[in-house]
Amino acid sequence: MEKLQDICKEIRRNIVEMVNSAKSGHIGGSMSSVELMVALYHNVMDLNTNENGRIDKFILSKGHASPVYYAVLASKRYIDKKELLTFRKIDSNLEGHPSIKTNGVDVSSGSLGQGLSIANGMALAKKLDDKPGYVYCLMGDGELEEGQIWEAAMTASQYKLDNLIAFVDYNGLQIDGALSEVASPEPIDKKFEAFGFNVITTNGHEIEDIIDSINNIKNLKNSKPSVLILNTIKGKGISFIEGDYRYHGKALSDEEYIRATKELA
Amino acid sequence: MKSTRKAYGETLVVLGEEDKDVVVLDADLASATQTSMYKNKFPERHINVGIAEQDLVGTASGLALMGKKVYASTFAVFLTGRAYEQIRNTVAYNNLPVKLCATHAGLTVGEDGASHQMLEDIALMRVIPNMTVLSPADEIATKKIIRDIKDYNGPVYVRLGRSDVPAIYTNAEEFEIGKSIVHGDGIDAVVFATGYTVHIALEAMKELKQNKINIKVVDIYSIKPLDKETIISSAKEAKRIITIEEHNIIGGMGSAICEVLSELLPRQVIRIGVEDKFGKSGSAKAVMEKYKITKERIIEEVLK
Repeated sequence: MEKLQDICKEIRRNIVEMVNSAKSGHIGGSMSSVELMVALYHNVMDLNTNENGRIDKFILSKGHASPVYYAVLASKRYIDKKELLTFRKIDSNLEGHPSIKTNGVDVSSGSLGQGLSIANGMALAKKLDDKPGYVYCLMGDGELEEGQIWEAAMTASQYKLDNLIAFVDYNGLQIDGALSEVASPEPIDKKFEAFGFNVITTNGHEIEDIIDSINNIKNLKNSKPSVLILNTIKGKGISFIEGDYRYHGKALSDEEYIRATKELA
Repeated sequence: MKSTRKAYGETLVVLGEEDKDVVVLDADLASATQTSMYKNKFPERHINVGIAEQDLVGTASGLALMGKKVYASTFAVFLTGRAYEQIRNTVAYNNLPVKLCATHAGLTVGEDGASHQMLEDIALMRVIPNMTVLSPADEIATKKIIRDIKDYNGPVYVRLGRSDVPAIYTNAEEFEIGKSIVHGDGIDAVVFATGYTVHIALEAMKELKQNKINIKVVDIYSIKPLDKETIISSAKEAKRIITIEEHNIIGGMGSAICEVLSELLPRQVIRIGVEDKFGKSGSAKAVMEKYKITKERIIEEVLK
């Protein structure tokens, strides 16, 4: 676990460096997803491949969190660490939002609300062919305001997709402010329950809890799709942006960058 | 006489028998799109997502990413309208082999009226990078095209109709993407037609011939990519150039023809279609007459 926590620290530094180098990008929602992403790629997921690519699939439905995605993919050598600083630049392989052209990325994303349907399709294909592995899909909490998510939730339940595990990065903030002040999708747990999901909630910054929760979900074996709600803090790790919606999608100033680097050292 | 949607449904059943990777999706319109035939035969490989077109396109994409050969169907207005951005950002941007087979395109939907008569789908689909746009004219064209695209490695939009159309082709005909089929060899006019309007143009050709006026009809079943070579060669020798489609004249097949001609052979083009209006309830025949997308209109334009 200590090793995974060290990886999280490095990922957080990478995120700050990438966004600083690009002078644009989404820090807040990347920082809140770090522990989940490290848990998935360094512990939970089966990264071996078969004729359909990696056995376990991952979809970053909240595609704006591309900095954390690329940093984690680099930590598993899908992409070269040196490439991280080309993020969002012309001629780079690292698009502002994830592109299927980037090694390790299963599908392009970034237009919110679409990932869960894609995950359903993948999970259905696995069921049709009796293939092993899970499909994981990370959504934002604000993203749950997209109607397509609930269309997909119905489909996941209807087709008993117990090989699908969805995550909600519940940091409580969206671009224009707190969820409760915009168009709240809350209560998130009760909504998913009503749509036929197993719902588990955990601290999204405790890597051990995340791993335990995923294992618990896998042991349920009740023919239902599952969602793990991660209570998180937007901007986690940089004290002066934590819980501040204004840092959803902007780069740090030069001064803030120096402060952030010191805090993450 | 058979509708292209029915030919589509029948072909799916054949393909499903031949290839276990064929998966068909629908959004609660299986009995109308005719994918119900497939559902009855292969229930486990027919996914009905309910009245949820955005989810339809996303789920189809996920299946395609896992190597499935996916045909996704609903009415053209819902597929290309409601789920436009899913088609753009998920199907096309990822260049996925999803076959978007939309039925009930155009005015010939008839009685259901304007809300269900899709007149902008060709425009919407042909501006998306990676997208191929096909529009078969009869049963055989549909059957061949639906079969040919099964293993095509990229997104395809197929425009199908509700109403019956007469048989035009025999099994010997081939429908290669990016090609067209030329009927007749007259030079008094060339008429570019697509889908339902091909048989209308052929009837006009026949009638004009009785009066010693000889035209050529080109079936533009492949709207994107276009058969530029045939378009140029047939336009070059023709005295008049006419296009006809049950679609808005803005952005449709006629516009696509104009784009080619304006670059390579600037000529006047008469576009017959819906003139930037919504449709209307009525029998398919009555609606087409009201909007003047008829054999008589072609003849009138040729004789002008």
